[in-house]
Order: sequence, then structure tokens, then C-alpha cells
Amino acid sequence: MARYTIEGRTGAWEVVVGLEVHCQVITKSKLFSGASAVFGDSQNCSVSTIDAGYPGMLPVINQYAVEQTVRTGLGINGKINKYSAFDRKNYFYADLPTGYQISQFFHPIVTDGWLEVTRENGEVKKIGIERIHIEQDAGKSIHGQVKGKTFIDLNRAGVTLMEIVTKPEMESPEDAGNFVRKLRAIVRYLGTCDGNMDEGSMRCDVNVSVNRPGDGFGTRVEVKNVNSIRFVKEAVEVEARRQIDAYESGEPVTQETRLFDSDKLETRAMRSKEFAIDYRYFPDPDLVTLVLADDMVARIRDTMPELPDAKKQRFIDEYKLTEYDARQLVSEKEVAEYFETAAKGNDAKKVANWILGDLFALLNSEGKDITESPISAENLGKLVGLIGNNTISGKIAKDVFAIMEKKKKSPEVIVEEQGLKQVSDTGAIEAEIDKVIAANPDKVSEYKGGKDKLLGWFVGQVMAATKGKANPGILNEMLKKKLG
Amino acid sequence: MTDLVDLTIAEARKALDEGEFTATELAEAHIKEMEKAKHLNAYITETPDLALEMAKKSDERIKNKKAGLLEGIPVGMKDLYCTKGVLTTAASHILDGFVPFYESTVSEKIWNAGGVLMGKTNLDEFAMGSGTITGYYGCTENPWKRTGDNKTVLVPGGSSGGSAAAVSAGLCMCATGTDTGGSIRQPASFCGIVGLKPTYGRCSRYGIIAFASSLDQAGPMARTVEDTALLMEVMAGFDDKDSTSAQLAVPNYRKALGGDLKGKVVGIPKEYRPSGINPDVIKMWDEGIRWLKDAGAEVVEVSLPHTEYALTTYHVIASAECSSNLARYDGIRFGLRKDGKTLDEVYANTRMEGFGNEPRRRILIGTYILGESRYNDYFLKAQKVRRLIVKDFDDAFKKVDFLLTPAAPSTAVSAEEMKNQDPITVFLNDAFVCPASLAGLPAMVVPSAISSDGLPLGLQIIGKPFAEEQVFQVASIIEKAANFTKQPHRVRG
Repeated sequence: MARYTIEGRTGAWEVVVGLEVHCQVITKSKLFSGASAVFGDSQNCSVSTIDAGYPGMLPVINQYAVEQTVRTGLGINGKINKYSAFDRKNYFYADLPTGYQISQFFHPIVTDGWLEVTRENGEVKKIGIERIHIEQDAGKSIHGQVKGKTFIDLNRAGVTLMEIVTKPEMESPEDAGNFVRKLRAIVRYLGTCDGNMDEGSMRCDVNVSVNRPGDGFGTRVEVKNVNSIRFVKEAVEVEARRQIDAYESGEPVTQETRLFDSDKLETRAMRSKEFAIDYRYFPDPDLVTLVLADDMVARIRDTMPELPDAKKQRFIDEYKLTEYDARQLVSEKEVAEYFETAAKGNDAKKVANWILGDLFALLNSEGKDITESPISAENLGKLVGLIGNNTISGKIAKDVFAIMEKKKKSPEVIVEEQGLKQVSDTGAIEAEIDKVIAANPDKVSEYKGGKDKLLGWFVGQVMAATKGKANPGILNEMLKKKLG
Repeated sequence: MTDLVDLTIAEARKALDEGEFTATELAEAHIKEMEKAKHLNAYITETPDLALEMAKKSDERIKNKKAGLLEGIPVGMKDLYCTKGVLTTAASHILDGFVPFYESTVSEKIWNAGGVLMGKTNLDEFAMGSGTITGYYGCTENPWKRTGDNKTVLVPGGSSGGSAAAVSAGLCMCATGTDTGGSIRQPASFCGIVGLKPTYGRCSRYGIIAFASSLDQAGPMARTVEDTALLMEVMAGFDDKDSTSAQLAVPNYRKALGGDLKGKVVGIPKEYRPSGINPDVIKMWDEGIRWLKDAGAEVVEVSLPHTEYALTTYHVIASAECSSNLARYDGIRFGLRKDGKTLDEVYANTRMEGFGNEPRRRILIGTYILGESRYNDYFLKAQKVRRLIVKDFDDAFKKVDFLLTPAAPSTAVSAEEMKNQDPITVFLNDAFVCPASLAGLPAMVVPSAISSDGLPLGLQIIGKPFAEEQVFQVASIIEKAANFTKQPHRVRG
């Protein structure tokens, strides 16, 4: 299929995107100290002398943080390196107490992974992941509370981050967005990161370059701190456009770091290469080589949950869903769980339709996610069950759905209370049909004269008379018979 | 009764347990001695009140037969160890007013064993130096004088020069040091005492202010080999707060002392005879070799071919590590702060005023070395050479059980002489002690001779990794043969 391009004044340009995604790892304590890594404490209350860089303090690795990273590495099909090591990234900043960040520069714990993303047109794109390394977060500088002062909150200092670095293999804003969405789903499935981009627990730096089809890579520009999937796509788009404009105006594109402004939809220069910080990476002498025990890696491998791709395939095989529906349902672990709960004993395809249609529309309109759904999975399943066993019609079900949302009651109770039970009693339906036929002899003769479309009109009349409760299957069949 | 400050720890412990005198009396005797020896400037902070308080508690425990290994023993603590509630300076102005609210693992072990803190001993700023002359709190004087020259003040060596002078002058019975490239052994040699740099990882570094983390190691300093062994038993051991500490049980080092060396092979590295070496040093070395032969050891010459690169390698690695380790002294959270209009100005003002010349020089060198474009040429190369130096020792230890070398190429010099030496010559003072630091090996200095001008000279025993017991045994044999225990030339203040 044709590659995505952006049309400039002088022709088409290809876009190349690489991502660096920082994920805050879910752990109880920090990466190198026993201080709490759980948020919500008042400022500087989850800080140990190690996090605060006090003299003589030494880091000790949090084994669980390592396990979480290994879990993530397995989730992205990566190579888990038995030996990895920690390095210091040196720079001065007030919220970096030791004057260096402990990271993995030379020997990361995970290398050579990949993820597949599916484009809108159904095409599957494999995106390589160069590495995942473990590092510690810095604290937070709080400016502007008191004029001329900056406050430092070290609660976040030393919290574990995984930095996931892709190869420059995404070719469009869509690819970049899809990658982040997929990665976020995986870390959420694994429970290694909550993936909340608006809270900063997942942050993206986006590397963008453009080139003429057939040419090599253009100059790479790094766009920092892009904090939603929409912004990732927008940042790629506007930065690529900016570069194309520059090239087409005969201006150079320089290797630099830029900031994305989501209000103005532009990127702004932050620092150019000549002012780039020399981080003076070197092996951290306070830490020894990290050696992973084989049985630990095996244990993590054995306890891996089912991930989106495998789940999607199972949904297709087991529930006979379409690829598209299955992909939508597995995109969030909670949605998949909701689906499987609702589908238990019910028509899975219908359940999928209800979730992807009515339920998603409802959630979207209320700005809620599935964990906050006013309708439980059990109740949605029961609703589909009521349709399946002909207790209610599909049309009535829509009304019941609306009532379920407001009253938070189970569909059986609603159907019972409101007398919505479908009429499948052929005698009762027949009586209503006879009344309609008797009252409309002209329509009957028109129908008999060949105006087949009138069948729908008769159905409507009988439905109205039964307040929509007549079983549409029985009704149709009987009507046809009666009208001959 | 002999002067209490002249006793060995072993003698004092016995006397304390037998009630000949109290820990309080022992502390008082040392406090009196400290007052007489103020001019030595061996301590940055003296803690006489705390000492008496601790001694009182020791007396209680002695009375209740609950005495620890160091119960009631006056100890000097190098001012690089963080001590809870006691000013800790690293001899730097940048830690102005810093009183830790935590205790280093090693000092904690010493207090738990009943040690009594006499004070925090002087050092070179951040342990950078070999004369105890670079610190913010002034130079320490060596208690020893050249024969017939009572005027010239000599350096005690460094960086643990305050500890060495205090032990030598009877201002404490033992002291802690730290050794990064000879900082325990060279001052031990200059002050005529015993000092051990243990195997890297043998003592916890937790709570000790870092200079160069891959080299720093805590160690004991005392007047006899037995006392050093006793202190070492208390200091050593695994610590889960230090990732580089070794998970090994601590032996009873005192049991290793004495005996003979039958069946043992001692290696004499031929590279340790550079030109310009003091002939007295060579004489002592030859004598030492004879003592070991007399004890039954076989003597062979070995080669450590990369010795000549050790100092350069050491300085590249130590400077690089310190440039990063000292970044935390930024005026934001503790110690000295000099305000400025911008954050960068706060850093510049604080660090300009807080650091002396020596740390500044090393931070600059280290920062340069670690630069992206220089990393391979300097730091990476130094790491490779370091591995070759380790291999030199590994190869030698296939043939021999331990090595015998002098501790230093000369005796103590004056601060004036040292300051006038070009930095290269100053560095050379560490030439014999530095390789064992790079290789992380246990190395011990024992006073072995008096030079023609009346100053102490020490021999160094270098052992295999974690073979401290072997090193102690050899040291005890040399100590006995040298008959140095009385320190006859010590000049009292």
C-alpha cells in the first residue's frame, strides 16, 4: 500500500517518527530507596535521605521494579538481558538532588523488542523497539507560588521509570498514535504502569524527520513532553509540516530539542545541539552489575497475562467476532474484561455490538471510561439475554438500556416493573392482527394487489397496538399468513 | 601504673574488665592528652562531653558483664563518617554546619561494640590528598620529629592524617580511616602506626562521605597489629544498605596472628624499586624479606608490569567519580549556601566558596575526562588499564600467597616541602599504595624501621581478595621481628 506522505509546495514528503516513552513503573517503594512511591503524600513526605542525595547515602536496587521492567520487556517481545548495568547521567538541577540521574545507558535491561499496530486501512505495521532501560525520576520544581521563589518537592525523586525507545519506524501521525495506544494497553494489561498520560505517568518525546521519497533520513528533531495520544499525532503532524516548510524555503533544519504547544499547535525551539548538555555518562560505581536469575525470568514468563494480540485472536476464534470488533474490545484490558463478563452465556456478537455501539456512545457522551460505566457488564449481558430468549424485542431493549443507565437496576426488574415483556402468545397477537385487518380492508386489498411494502405498515400497526411488545418474528410470520 | 594513653587496646580491655580503672578514667586521660596536643590539630571536632557520657555507659555495661569488643575504648572517627548529632565536615567548608541525623554503618558497629567517640579526626578535604594539608580546618601535624630538629613540622600523611596523628600521639587508642588510593596506609607509615585497607566490599561504605566510590574503603588504624585486628572485627561485615558490600562472614582476625610462614610464598614485586627511593626504605624492605624468610616463607621475585600506569589510572578514575559524587553539594538542601540571582549563580557561588583548591581541581579534571568526546580516551582507557592491573595481581597470586613492599618511597616531609613539590611528586608518594586500591586488594602497613633521620617507615603486605587473615598473620610476624611497638621517638605535645 502507498506510504503516507505530506504534500508540500514542491512535492511529497515522507515522515519518519521514533518515540521515547517514559513510563512510571507501578511499585510500592522507589527504585533505590525504601521511601513510598505511591502518590498523594504532602510535599516532601515520601523522601528518604537517599532520594535527597544526603552525604554518604547509597542506592540499593528495588527488585520488584526490575521484575516489572522484565515483565514489560516480555510484553513487547523484547530480549531480556541477563546482565545489565546502571550509569549516571550527570546534570545540575534543583530538583535532581544528587546532581545525576541513575539510568541504564551502556547496557539496558531489555533490547530488540517490537509491537504490531493496525492502521485504519487494516494494514499491520511492525514497529521495532530498540531498548527499555530503567531509570529514576527527578523531583518537581514548583514555580510561581511565591514570587521569586521556586519550591522543590522530592516525592517523585527516585520513583522508577522505564524508558521505552523505538526504532525510527513509524511513518505517520497515525502510526505514532497507534503505537502509544498499543503500548499503553500492554503496560496496563501487565500492571506495570497505569498509563495515565494526563497525570504524567506516561510521557512521550517524539523524534521527527522528513525526507523526499527515495532519500535517506532527514535531520531528526526531538519534540519533548507530548502528553496525550492526540498530542502525539498533532506534534508529528505540525513538526513535520514545519520541517517541510523550512526545507522548501531553503532553510536548514537543525538537530535540536523543541517543545510542543498544544494550544497554538506549534513546536518551539528549546535548545539546539550546540547548547546540548553533555551528560557525562559513566557506570555508577555504587551499584554492581544487575544479573537476572534465570528462574526469576522464567517465573515472570509463566505468570504473564494474556496480552491484547493473543486476546484478540481468542475473541475471533472463541466468540466468532470480526477482527475489527475484537481489536476494539481488546484495546483496553477493562473493556475486554467487561466484554467477557457480559458475553458469558449470551450471544457474544450481540454483546460486542452493544458495547461498541450504545455503551461506548453513552460513555463518550458522559466522558467516562468503562470502569465507571453506569451499566454493569452483568446487566448488559442480561439485557442481551432477554433479547435472545425473546423476552423483549431489540427495540424495547434500547428503552430498557436507557432506563438501566438512569435507574441502575437489572433489566429483568425493569422489564417486569414496566410491563415490557414481549408478547409471544400467538392468540393475543392474532387477535390484534384480526382487528387491524378488519379495520383496514382497503390496505388489505392494496397489499393483495402486489404492494408488498405495506407489510411493514401492518407490522407497525400491530406493534403500536401492543405497545411494541409483540414478538416481531411471530408477528411477521402470522401477518404474512393472514394476508395470504 | 603506665600512662593510660600508652596502653594497647588489648591491655586496656583486660584492665577495664578487671576493674583496674574505669572507662571514664580512660576517657579522661585521653581528653587531657588531647588538650595538651591541640597544636597537632588532629581533630576537627572534639567530643569530650559525649566521650564521658559514652564512657559512663561503658562502665555500666562492664559492671553488668555486658562489655562489647571495644567497650570503653577511646576511638577517633575520621570526619568523613557521618555521625548522628555530631558535626560532620569532610574537612570542607561546603558542609558548613552539617549535622547528620543518621549514622554510618561502620561507626554504628563501633558504638554498638562499646567504642567511645573522642572526636572527628582531620583529613584532606573530601579525603583528597596525601598530607592532611588541603582541608578547610587546617593542617594536621605529625607527632614525630626528625632527629635533632624539633622545629620542622612534618605532615602526618593523608588523607587519614588526623586519625594517624591521633593514634600515634595517644589522643585515642584506635581510629577509623578511609583509603581510596593509600589514605590509610601512607599516613600509617608516616606516623609509625598500623593501618589496614581491607578488600573492597569488606566494610560498608554506607554513611561514609564518598570520594571515589569504586575505590573508597573504610579501615582500622591502631598502634598494634592485634588492636587493628580487634577494630577490624568490629568494622567489617555485610551491609544490605551498600550494594558493593560482600556477603561474607567476619572471621576472628586475632586468631590469625602469630605462628610461622612455613609453606608460604612471599612475592617481591620488582617494579617497586623506582629511582629516587630513600635508601633507608630499601634497607627496611630487605630486612623485612629476611624476617619472613626466618619465619619459614619462601621468597620469589614477581612482576606487576602495569605498576607504572597505576597512578595515572587512579587519578583518571578517582577524579571522574568524584566530579559526579560531589555534584550533590549544591547549596540546596544542606551545608553552605551562597545565594544568587539565578539557580546557576547559586551553584557557582556556593561551590566557589565551599570547595577548596584540591576538590575544585579534581572536579574540573573529572568533568573534563567524562565529557562525551573524551570518555573513550580517558575514562574507558583507565578502566581497561585497571583491569590489567587487577590481572597483574591475579597472575602474581597464582605463584605467591602475598606480596611485601614498602608503604611509601620516603618518610614524612614538611607541609612546606610537600606544598612546594609539583603535583606529580606528591602523587608519587602514593605510588606503592595505589595499585592495591585499584585492584581492591587487602593491604596493610606495619611500622618496621626508623629512618636515619629518626622517622618511622612502614612495610606493606598485600594479600589476595578477602585474605585479611593472611595479611594480619604476616603483619604480626613483622611487628614482632621489628619490635616497633613502643614507638620510642614519639614526641608529646
